[in-house]
Amino acid sequence: MDQPVSSRDGAQNRTSIERKGDRELLVTRTFDAPPSIVFKAWSQAELFRRWWMPKSVTGVSLVSCELDVRTGGKYRLEFGTGGPETMSFYGKYLEVVPNERIVWTNDEGEEGAITTVTFEDQGGKTLLTFHEAYPSEQALAEALQGSAAGLPEQMDQLDELLSSLD
Amino acid sequence: MVQHAHASLDLSFSALSDATRRGIIDRLGQGQASITVLADRFGMTLTGMKKHVQVLEQAGFVVTQKVGRVRTCRLGQRGLEAEAAWIEAHRKLFEDRFDALDEIISELKEEAGHGSAG
Repeated sequence: MDQPVSSRDGAQNRTSIERKGDRELLVTRTFDAPPSIVFKAWSQAELFRRWWMPKSVTGVSLVSCELDVRTGGKYRLEFGTGGPETMSFYGKYLEVVPNERIVWTNDEGEEGAITTVTFEDQGGKTLLTFHEAYPSEQALAEALQGSAAGLPEQMDQLDELLSSLD
Repeated sequence: MVQHAHASLDLSFSALSDATRRGIIDRLGQGQASITVLADRFGMTLTGMKKHVQVLEQAGFVVTQKVGRVRTCRLGQRGLEAEAAWIEAHRKLFEDRFDALDEIISELKEEAGHGSAG
């Protein structure tokens, strides 16, 4: 039933994405460091904010980032899009096992996902899995529409703009 | 327009999330077939097969035509370009994100190696 949709092999540790069933998304990648280090980069706000919003996503930046990574703790991320308004993402950590797993809620809307990240030791390397489970198929579609699915559209708009400048 | 595009992606991902429906597309890739033939092929009732075909038809993967009492199914014109673009955009986001994480992890690893962090 699972639907493997994308993966890349190569000398390096590439990212694979699977859309599992109708409501779940699974992303995996191996990092060349033990889980304690990967966990640190994921759980300390000053480190996390340096990688969560990639530079390739133009026009959106992470303006504030508060993480209290422990069971029952909360997080809040605010993204700016150039104007005075920001988009906020927040929720709480349902379960945190240092160097092993982090589970959190996304509480911005009624139908937020439960996200689980696990860090698995594989002989000094870390197999990282990022798993999002949405309460409904529609919720997954809408969430993706708000994040990555918006990208091709943004790129198209940028493309149009650039070609109009020629 | 944009909402329409997303609704259409929902339909197609949902249509393709079922193994039988993917099997039907494979089968129709070899040539058209009636609902009866498809039902036999997948060991299903006619009603069950009709439902699957209907989902594929709504997503644009299959076109059906009724001639007399027989409903014939064939592949629609719709390809998977939009789905591929959707997946690629999502993969790119995570790939870029994890590339950045990779860099930070290298720094941390180096620090740990020098015995100054742990």
